[in-house]
Amino acid sequence: MMQYKNVIVAYSIMIILIILVGVFQSWSIALSILNYCLISAVMTIGANIQWGYAGLINFGIMGYTALGGLAVVLISVAPVPEAWDAGGIRLIICLILIILIILLIKFLSRKFRDFKNKTLIISLIIIAGIILIRFISAPAIENIESIDPAKTGFLGGLGLPILLSWIVGGLFAAGVAFVIGKIALGLRADYLAIATLLIAEIIVSIIKHEDWLARGVKNVIGLKRPAPYEIDLQNSQWFINLVEKFNSSKLNFTNSAAEYQNLLTQYVIDASSVYVKLCFTGLFLIIVISLLILTQRALYSPWGRKMRAIRDNEIAASAMGKNIVKEHLLIFVLGSAIVGLAGAMMVTNDGLFTPGSYRPMRYTFVIWVMVIVGGTGNNFGAILGGFAVWFLWVQAAPISLFLIEFLTSHLPETNELKVHLINSAPYFRFLIIGIGLLLIMRYRPQGILPEKIVKQ
Amino acid sequence: MDFVNAIVLLLNFTVLPALTYGSQLALGAIFVTLIYGVLRFANFATGDMMSFGTMFAVLLTYHFQSVGINFGFLPTALLTTPFAIFIMILYMLTIDKFVFSYYRIKKSPPVQLAMVSVGVMFVTQALIRIIIGPSDRRFLDGEKFILKANEFKEMTGLNEGLTVKSTQLLTILLTIIIVSIMFWFLNKTKTGTSMRAYSDNEDLALLSGIDPKKVVLITWIIAGILATVGGILYGLDKSYRPFVYFNNMLPIFAAAIVGGIGNPYGAFLGGYVIAFAEIFLTYAYKKFFTYILPDAFEPDSLIQLLSTDYKFAISFSILVIVLLFRPSGIFEGKKI
Repeated sequence: MMQYKNVIVAYSIMIILIILVGVFQSWSIALSILNYCLISAVMTIGANIQWGYAGLINFGIMGYTALGGLAVVLISVAPVPEAWDAGGIRLIICLILIILIILLIKFLSRKFRDFKNKTLIISLIIIAGIILIRFISAPAIENIESIDPAKTGFLGGLGLPILLSWIVGGLFAAGVAFVIGKIALGLRADYLAIATLLIAEIIVSIIKHEDWLARGVKNVIGLKRPAPYEIDLQNSQWFINLVEKFNSSKLNFTNSAAEYQNLLTQYVIDASSVYVKLCFTGLFLIIVISLLILTQRALYSPWGRKMRAIRDNEIAASAMGKNIVKEHLLIFVLGSAIVGLAGAMMVTNDGLFTPGSYRPMRYTFVIWVMVIVGGTGNNFGAILGGFAVWFLWVQAAPISLFLIEFLTSHLPETNELKVHLINSAPYFRFLIIGIGLLLIMRYRPQGILPEKIVKQ
Repeated sequence: MDFVNAIVLLLNFTVLPALTYGSQLALGAIFVTLIYGVLRFANFATGDMMSFGTMFAVLLTYHFQSVGINFGFLPTALLTTPFAIFIMILYMLTIDKFVFSYYRIKKSPPVQLAMVSVGVMFVTQALIRIIIGPSDRRFLDGEKFILKANEFKEMTGLNEGLTVKSTQLLTILLTIIIVSIMFWFLNKTKTGTSMRAYSDNEDLALLSGIDPKKVVLITWIIAGILATVGGILYGLDKSYRPFVYFNNMLPIFAAAIVGGIGNPYGAFLGGYVIAFAEIFLTYAYKKFFTYILPDAFEPDSLIQLLSTDYKFAISFSILVIVLLFRPSGIFEGKKI
């Protein structure tokens, strides 16, 4: 029990902070912060598996998050039959062509391993393939994008349940991570960081600009939900009864029936939003807890010991007969899959997919700050980092606004410096996060909850 | 005649912009490579450091304009550049003293330093946004064009015009001057040689009496000059927007790695490789082919290899290809 004392203290502080937000601001805000904390926690678990277990530096988190989001659109949105009629067949032909080209290249590179002009031939095949695919797909894409561009203009999804898309999001991310891992994992640590950062940027720019796939920067709104809708709740009798029962003490103080009804409607509206968020919280909690149990078991299994051995001394581990390339690829794929799952969860929570909002600052670097602040190699730490940094990220603006008001209270309202500072309050979050990261890196490099090796 | 027209068209829409953009990238890439070679880490604060220097040039330009100082037909920003460089170097040295030097003395692994530079990136970005705000700013004044399209058409009687913006010429000239001075410094002076020695083999360099503090100081000074000038030239040519500078970090990294990280000559050329690839692959060649092909073969599509949306993606793809086949970069060679 003693070894978990720090964990319990840190988590209690976090929970108290969120409850304080609920008491002082509103329960709806507190729950949306909590939901985002849980999503961030899933992302940090993914990043922590790669960095903490294996020492792989992956700056491509943004890309996998976006892929998870894309999966939600492709799985859950209803299909657009007109678009499929307009160009579906051509696009399917293109897909088959791409697969054929990849197979051809694989075949060639295996068959003619010692051939001199291999690279030249392969690049010629790729260029010819790209020209052919563009030739076939261009009219189809144009047709698809011209069908009701304000509302659809894309192929739509499969119309399947949205929870399925979480799994698919993980699979998407895993698939892409497999390819990236094959390409980039041989690189040295800092090269790997730069390469993954840039590859993630390529993924996002494809999602942003291929409108036929997911509407690009036009966004997809009104996604399905695994939870009930507020409006349905407000019209269902059982929910109104429940709210009435819950708030009966306050409602009894009203004087007239009209006032009673007004107050009740207000409560029902508030409660419906809280109820929906609670549903999401429940779902996310299930995911976070099961991931935590799984990763925790993995960390203390022989496999986890092997990963740590590889991380701490690659040469010794390979001398012991461990296949480092294979293990690195596996852990890269696993971690990315978890990040993809988080991306799908986030889009589901928002109910909309906005490719334009995927920026490396928010989706790669902030996640990394979470892992490092929380504690690399410790799953409890990574989750705590996700909670603490997200909480700061959201609450930094109000906190800094309060501090600015306090520090400049002697200045008149029209003072230029004061006005300027108050207007730039939102940007203080970068300052707080940055300084926090620098301080942690300097004085507690293992993070708030350091890695613990349990001897068994 | 058609052939000359086609050439002028290409010059105007691809070669000149690519040379300009390439020069801006090259300055940034040498900055990255220098930090990587001497201080041994990938500096993720590159874009924001460039932005930080430029910010002071912008602010000082506004100040100078309000006082009525200008630089004739040249942009006022050139007058403010030395001041901006000075503030930039001070900022870099402060950061180095309080942040980087601790890890350097402890000989932390490069990954840790890279992570620290992420922290510096956050702080720098916050400072920029707090001081100047995130909005788009133009600070170019003086003569905008050296050669206008109409004048060129009248002069030569061609159909196609050639426009030379003053910022384009300025960028290319200044880059050549700064880069040649830098290479002269690195190769011919004693301090430059000691820097290269330090970069090649730290222990041996220390053994032969090279002062590491001096090497680090000189590195930051050169880095400050490169970062600020690169940032100002980019801002003059396009416009100053903090977010764009952060994004520019990515092609700059690509240029540095393509050229072989740690190798300034490579970084210099890498900048142009990336810029030319980006612009030549996204240019629509329809008009070009209308000029050089006989009427019967005139193309009806745009003949654009990739849409301009994928500008960034091209440089990253080049990087991935280079990493796959020659992880040490195209222009492999000695470190600085």
